[in-house]
Amino acid sequence: MIDQLPVLQVLLPLLAAPLCVLLRRRVPVTALALAACWGSFAVAIGLLQRVLAEGVVVYEMGAWSAPWGIEYRVDLLSAFVLLFVSGIGALVLTYAPKSLTAEIPADRLHFFYTLYLLCLTGLLGITITGDLFNLFVFLEVSSLSSYGLISLGRNRQALTAAFRYLIMGTIGATFILIGVGLMYQMTGTLNMADMVQRIADREALRTVRVAFAFLTVGIGLKMALFPLHQWLPDAYAHAPSTVSAFIAATSTKVSVYILLRFVFTIYGVEFAFANLHIERFLIPLSLAAMFLASAAAIYQTDLKRLLAYSSVAQVGYMTLGASFASVEGLTASIAHLFNHALTKGGMFLAVGCLVYRIGRTSLANLEGIGRRMPWTTFAWVLGGLGLIGVPGTAGFVSKWYLLEAALGAGAWPLALAILLSSLLAVIYIWKVIEVAYFRLPQTRTSQAVEAPAVLLLPTWLLIGASLYFGFRATFSADLARQAAEALLQGMP
Amino acid sequence: MILGLFNYWVVIVLMMAGFYTVIARTNLVKKVIGLNIFQTSVFLLYITMGKVQGGTAPILADGFEIYSNPLPSVLILTAIVVGVATTSVALALIVRIREAYGTLEEDEIQDKDLGR
Repeated sequence: MIDQLPVLQVLLPLLAAPLCVLLRRRVPVTALALAACWGSFAVAIGLLQRVLAEGVVVYEMGAWSAPWGIEYRVDLLSAFVLLFVSGIGALVLTYAPKSLTAEIPADRLHFFYTLYLLCLTGLLGITITGDLFNLFVFLEVSSLSSYGLISLGRNRQALTAAFRYLIMGTIGATFILIGVGLMYQMTGTLNMADMVQRIADREALRTVRVAFAFLTVGIGLKMALFPLHQWLPDAYAHAPSTVSAFIAATSTKVSVYILLRFVFTIYGVEFAFANLHIERFLIPLSLAAMFLASAAAIYQTDLKRLLAYSSVAQVGYMTLGASFASVEGLTASIAHLFNHALTKGGMFLAVGCLVYRIGRTSLANLEGIGRRMPWTTFAWVLGGLGLIGVPGTAGFVSKWYLLEAALGAGAWPLALAILLSSLLAVIYIWKVIEVAYFRLPQTRTSQAVEAPAVLLLPTWLLIGASLYFGFRATFSADLARQAAEALLQGMP
Repeated sequence: MILGLFNYWVVIVLMMAGFYTVIARTNLVKKVIGLNIFQTSVFLLYITMGKVQGGTAPILADGFEIYSNPLPSVLILTAIVVGVATTSVALALIVRIREAYGTLEEDEIQDKDLGR
């Protein structure tokens, strides 16, 4: 049983998804989806324990060994990403049944669960697989299902947002496919570990460089790297609140994971940084994301759009960390994947509570909400402090590492930029606090009551976790540091 | 040199044509068609890679010793399925957009969203 953990990780949600369509009835479908999600979270915990105990875990599909067969390869970084993706997937799904009653017609609920499980399958599959083509297929599984999930939103803009995301996402995935194809042409293998071996003497070839360019642009589209983020704000803003929370917390993080995998594992620091100087465009783009997207967030009048733009800015911190190519920088990047997933997931869940009671997310409708729904609003504010990076929150830990990395690299202007862009976050978080606490409740908000406990509990679990890992960073930061050290050493 | 790379030139022309259509057309269906052309060019790229001059399909038979690499074709079979799935999701969304907005032109949809 313990030997089958890597495949169970993907198989549980994958098998549960079609069963949901067959079952159709609300109660069994919900129970099945919850069991599959929590099951895969348990598997992820088991996997992480195994990886910590015995190092890299390799699973050969159908006992076909690596260069011919497809292998699942779990190192520390993938185990960490699997852990929080499946954990957040399970928590958000626990929140979903109550929240969805207000947003999706009852006869279509089973489709939601199917798509949700497929999306989770794709994200877990991307993280666990050691085969490049497999990665592309899982990428499309998660993307196609997330287009469907986004289009479930209540107003018609959800449809156009999903369509725009589909166009951009498919272009991104096709770019990745081109890159993978060119790499296959050069190396004759699709297995990551095998490719690393064979690429070593071909680094100077132009085709490898072109493949690198296609891959970075394709992944950049998927992870909403500035200025390829145009699809993101609409998609997050118009999707059902459960979907926003899930996708915002996991999808872009997994894409950042793919970038780290390609740049550090397959191409290696030497080629990507010393030879191609990826940092020369990664640093300016990260800075642009941190400042321009944060500035855009300040001008948003809708709570979900505000959070969406802030997500684009946070992706900037992650890529900035990676662009230092140092242990501190990568630690910051990986820790921020985790911390931001908790924080942003929790904040979107809090917004979902507001949607459940008030039905609106524009700031004008939220006046004085802090008095009517204190727990929800307070959770949101704590999450906001995490985005700013106030000490005691998880966001502080990763920003601290980022500052350390910037100073370690002797780039004090970058350290200054990190601090300044955090101030922009203060502005957009304060904007909401002012409306929520310092205005009198209007007609719409004055009748609102606190959200039900079923919704509050997952929200507070995520926000609480982001606080916990802010105070006791030993678990998350140590894991991130070990994963960063392993990444810099090249292929495990 | 140029003729020897003929397939790759076709790939590049198709890729550019498809990509341009996706970007420049405002009609949603035309965008999807452009996306299809773009994806198809990548299929061609893969299949070209696997072709060996004078090679046959990898079947054991007398008199054949040079075989083309079947793996790219197999991979592309998967990618074609992915492409079909993408197209069907896109078309389904287009049907819903048409129901909700009564138009398929991107600029008209934008006008309606802004309430003009």
